[in-house]
Amino acid sequence: MRGQEPRSTSSCAACKLLKRRCTPNCIFAPYFRSDEPKKFAKVHKVFGASNVSKILIEVPEEQRQDTVNSLAYEAEARLRDPVYGCIGAIALLQRKMIQLQHDLALARACLARYAATPSSIGSTDDRVITEPFGDFPAACGGSIDTFSQNISYELNQEAHMYDFSQIPYV
Amino acid sequence: MNPGRCAACRYLRRKCPPDCIFSPHFPPNVPQRFVSVHRIYGASNVAKLLQQLPSHLRAEAAESLCLEAQYRIEDPVYGCVGLVSSLQQQIQDTEKQLAKTRAEIAFLKSQARLSHAALEGNLLDNAVNINFSDHQSFHG
Repeated sequence: MRGQEPRSTSSCAACKLLKRRCTPNCIFAPYFRSDEPKKFAKVHKVFGASNVSKILIEVPEEQRQDTVNSLAYEAEARLRDPVYGCIGAIALLQRKMIQLQHDLALARACLARYAATPSSIGSTDDRVITEPFGDFPAACGGSIDTFSQNISYELNQEAHMYDFSQIPYV
Repeated sequence: MNPGRCAACRYLRRKCPPDCIFSPHFPPNVPQRFVSVHRIYGASNVAKLLQQLPSHLRAEAAESLCLEAQYRIEDPVYGCVGLVSSLQQQIQDTEKQLAKTRAEIAFLKSQARLSHAALEGNLLDNAVNINFSDHQSFHG
């Protein structure tokens, strides 16, 4: 009808979920678009809207998108694994890294031996390239090592939950 | 004032009930643990998360929440996700190095086999030639 203003439908996902009016300077609007409702829902469930707002306010504006993405990643990890969250993913990756470093050290030792004495090629030592090693000192320090030892069994069962094929945007 | 309150109830300035969900995991002698998780997650969210877990898993959950909260306080932009990215990149780089080293080993092995085969071929040829020439000289 003439003279009637069209109703704004530009509420961000956060304001839609929180059932409030989305103001022009809404802290969430640039990062939680209305077509991605699940993103804010997950972040809100884990961190709470108020805490997310406080975190965003304290970081420079140009880093807020990265902040939101990392919060979303952490929230997703925590919802998938309520016990260990992102820390579980880190522990798995650290174990994988330690195994790889093992394998690389063995392979380099074999290469050095073959390069020095070509006659050793074809010996039974070939198997050490592919056989996994036993215990190996943790290469990565920090308190996550304790988690790595404590949760090794559970994480082996849950490894499928973490999609390591995608590197976070960072 | 109840001197036996857990760190959470002290921070929240409330009575600490006997079945307080926080008290086993936030002892009063380490107040900073609860301050960190409260700052990042909020007391209500932490309580909900712990309550939905079986009691034998709550200690690990509280510990991982404290660790993640601490990472987020130290790095408000990336939190512990920065470490995930860094590890994934390191793993990719190490896998490439491993593949390269194994390829080099495979190359050296194939070279060595070719050399052995060539050497054995030469020895056989020499042995045949010697026998033939001996045969010729014997039979004239």
